[in-house]
Amino acid sequence: MINALIIIVLLAIILILLTGVRLKGIIALTTVLAMGSISIFTALKSLNGPAWETVLNGTYLFGEVPVRIDSLSAWFILLINFTIITGAVYGFSYMKAHIGRKSDITLHSIAFLLVQFSLTAICVIQNTFIFLLFWEIMALSVFILVIFDHHKPETIKAGINYLVQSHVSIVFLMLGFIFIAIKTGGYSFDSISSYTHSHSSLAGSLLFLVLFTGFAIKAGFVPFHTWLPYAHPAAPSHVSGIMSGVVIKIGIYGILRMLLVIKTDYVTIGYIILSISVISGLYGVMLAIVQHNLKRLLAYHSIENIGIIGIGIGLGCIGLGTMNKMMTILGFSGALLHTLNHSLFKSVLFYSAGNVLQTTGTVNIERLGGLIKKMRASSVLFLISAIAICGLPPLNGFISEFLILGGFYNWLLTADLLSLISIVFSVGALVLIGGLAILCFTKAYSIVFLGTGRDRTLPEATEVPVLQLLPMYLATLLMILIGLFPSFFTGALNDTVNLFTLNAGFNPDLPQVNTPASLASINWLFVGLIALISVLLLIRKRSEKKKVIERGSTWGCGYESPAERTQYTASSFVRSYAKLAKPVLDIEKKEGELNEVFPGKSQYETHPYDKIERVFIDKPLKLLNSFTDQFRFLQNGRLQFYILYGIIFVAAVITIPLLIDKISAILNFLKTM
Amino acid sequence: MISISLILLVSLFFPGIILRTKSLTSGRLGPGLMQPVKDVVRLFRKGAVYSDTTSFIFRIAPTIYFSSVLMACLVIPMGQYRGLVSFDGDFVFFAYILALGKFFSIIAAMDTGSSFEGMGASREALYSMFAEPAFFILLGSFSLLTGFTSFYDIFNSLHLGSSITYTLGILAAFVLIMIAMIENSRMPVDDPKTHLELTMVHEVMILDNSGFDLGLIIYSGYLKFAMYGALIAGFFIGSLSPGWSVTAFLLIQLVFAATVGLIESFMARFRMNHNPQFILALSSVSFLIFLGVLLVLEKFV
Repeated sequence: MINALIIIVLLAIILILLTGVRLKGIIALTTVLAMGSISIFTALKSLNGPAWETVLNGTYLFGEVPVRIDSLSAWFILLINFTIITGAVYGFSYMKAHIGRKSDITLHSIAFLLVQFSLTAICVIQNTFIFLLFWEIMALSVFILVIFDHHKPETIKAGINYLVQSHVSIVFLMLGFIFIAIKTGGYSFDSISSYTHSHSSLAGSLLFLVLFTGFAIKAGFVPFHTWLPYAHPAAPSHVSGIMSGVVIKIGIYGILRMLLVIKTDYVTIGYIILSISVISGLYGVMLAIVQHNLKRLLAYHSIENIGIIGIGIGLGCIGLGTMNKMMTILGFSGALLHTLNHSLFKSVLFYSAGNVLQTTGTVNIERLGGLIKKMRASSVLFLISAIAICGLPPLNGFISEFLILGGFYNWLLTADLLSLISIVFSVGALVLIGGLAILCFTKAYSIVFLGTGRDRTLPEATEVPVLQLLPMYLATLLMILIGLFPSFFTGALNDTVNLFTLNAGFNPDLPQVNTPASLASINWLFVGLIALISVLLLIRKRSEKKKVIERGSTWGCGYESPAERTQYTASSFVRSYAKLAKPVLDIEKKEGELNEVFPGKSQYETHPYDKIERVFIDKPLKLLNSFTDQFRFLQNGRLQFYILYGIIFVAAVITIPLLIDKISAILNFLKTM
Repeated sequence: MISISLILLVSLFFPGIILRTKSLTSGRLGPGLMQPVKDVVRLFRKGAVYSDTTSFIFRIAPTIYFSSVLMACLVIPMGQYRGLVSFDGDFVFFAYILALGKFFSIIAAMDTGSSFEGMGASREALYSMFAEPAFFILLGSFSLLTGFTSFYDIFNSLHLGSSITYTLGILAAFVLIMIAMIENSRMPVDDPKTHLELTMVHEVMILDNSGFDLGLIIYSGYLKFAMYGALIAGFFIGSLSPGWSVTAFLLIQLVFAATVGLIESFMARFRMNHNPQFILALSSVSFLIFLGVLLVLEKFV
């Protein structure tokens, strides 16, 4: 499979380089489809079957490369390729506006293929050296995708921010992997697990934490999230969808894979992951609410959802450590299902935001409004995804949050005092996240799509072509299916979850979880809900026939011609929230003062900023800058000085070892005295 | 089946009892018990006016709101009788399905493009968000106490033996009454009888609804009262025999309705900016219940 993918990718890259601009897109799209179907076909066999294994010829440098598709890899390959395919179809249509930029499109198509290839490869490679290699390819090609609009300075800034942070992530991964390579001399994942099994759990935990930090930067856990709200809005919308949908999920994959190979103190690790995730979830959604930029708002929501996934993982870990099988199953299956769910609804949300951007030219929600009348399909798709991301029935988001909450209530029954306290806080946080998400998405949806347009200078909005809507329909269909037939999907996760339980040595014959029974009831309730709504709507429609139905203007206390400026705005919708959450938020206000009897024009601006970014990124950078500034005098721009530095350096290289030799000789001499 | 029928039955009389209590305390005889229901029936027969600004969201939202409340009622048990559907974790479903209805009522209010309705929608979203943790911690405490995670099992294994469990039951009833008042936008969080749009929460959201839709929304409010009443009753009647439990159920609903009437008669609405604090304080009462449960289970070493 890997060989086939390599050949396809290389062939496609050569073809893209050679052909004209229209053909490039078609070639890229067919290649994505071909690679996607090969990967999905292979993965489907391994999802609920035996793992597929092979060993590629390696070199003297890093040993041979074991490749293995077990059900965890299969799950991630499936969800990655699905979203990448929808992204490619969407992007194919989305990029038509940029058809004139030939060289940019070439680079973009090639990078897109490389992202798909490297993400798939990361899921199957079992050799740390090659893993890092593909990780780097992935990071670089995502960077190229992000900076498509490289003529805008803020895009370049966001891209470089991403590039730096993803390399910090690689540094952490390298640290961990090099440590193992030094200790065991091997580069395969098996050597990690054999090392951690033969050493104390403290070593395993430390190793895990180092690698976790690396993966957490990629996944966007707070406080490593600061690249995300810049990179997502700067990228073209299909890339934002893919980044938020699957690229950050590769961090989750890494964490899960490391949990499988590293033997650690699962309880401690579980608590650490749980607390970081609760903070990520709350912080992400709290900042999302005050954003005015629709894509930035969605980016902060990714942080929140990564938090929810992390809560599931943490729960599963604690379950592993305390030998609570049901809790382990509920935690991990909730996390894995939410990973799929989030990749679906978040990509649809980003694609809808892309449609809005394409047709109106802005994603500043304060300028939008009333789009439901002009972009009906996009707005309905956005609404369905918004309901799903809030975790509301009858869609998929509810199922995964239900599993995770079920895990908590299961833990409750066997918990001691410390874990009880953490349960109360986590459950409280989880439902608060749900409530805040509702506040956030009612705001985003109603300001962008409902009411009337707020800015008359914007171009008339129109619906995007069907080809662009098609992938969105597809993902939405899958969301509805997961909501209506949850047992099928949790059943598909069985083997993946069993990897964790078998790994920890649970007895496989233990009684199965009774959640499927709950899920069956939920299934019926959802069907009942939809049936009830349809019947009521039918009754309503029939009764309307006999009645007088009039149209009028919105009630305005007797005022007959309400203007669009009197509508509630996004800022006013969340004002009382923003006042309450003031200690956490960091909102910059610019206020023009009104004085004199006839005040002139004045304005009021607010810009939400990230407090954690200010403390963890901006401050250290400032300190570093002021420290390095002291050596500015060295860089004076005169060639003579630079040559002098060179000579000093050469001299130092030669003399310092000599000096050290002399000193040690003297020391030895002193010792003999 | 018996539980949902009883809830539906109670919902017909509930608002009438509240009204009667209020009129009696203010020295009037008041309208008949069935008057609120008659008002709803009259609304069902009326035509409707729709704003030009609104889209199809505004038309489907009341139906979805009503359906969500009805679906939530299905999982509530009555004494020895299970709800129509009962499963582990059904209270999670209960809370989330109500949130679905709220989601739609909020966006429907925003659909009108009115400045008033946006205000109500914003408040509703904020208040209901703060009320959720209180509910989950409350039910979590009781599932810790009983070892079960569905309404039916929790209520049925709740034997009110010692004095501390009585205290817990009464505290739970207090939290649930307050949640019911918040969810129904009643005093002390919201005043349904106010005539100023600026001080409304729920009423201002439905300014533009009329006819069938308005009837559905108003009836959903009645149903919600009966639903929370059934939950409160559940804490006390789980271990009674069927005949007694129906009597006790009706009695508790009656007391609940009278209490709502009394609260509305003798309390004033809070200032708007005090509401979030009040709702958050509910979570701490829930937390008190949680500590009480820990005490009962002797988890403190």
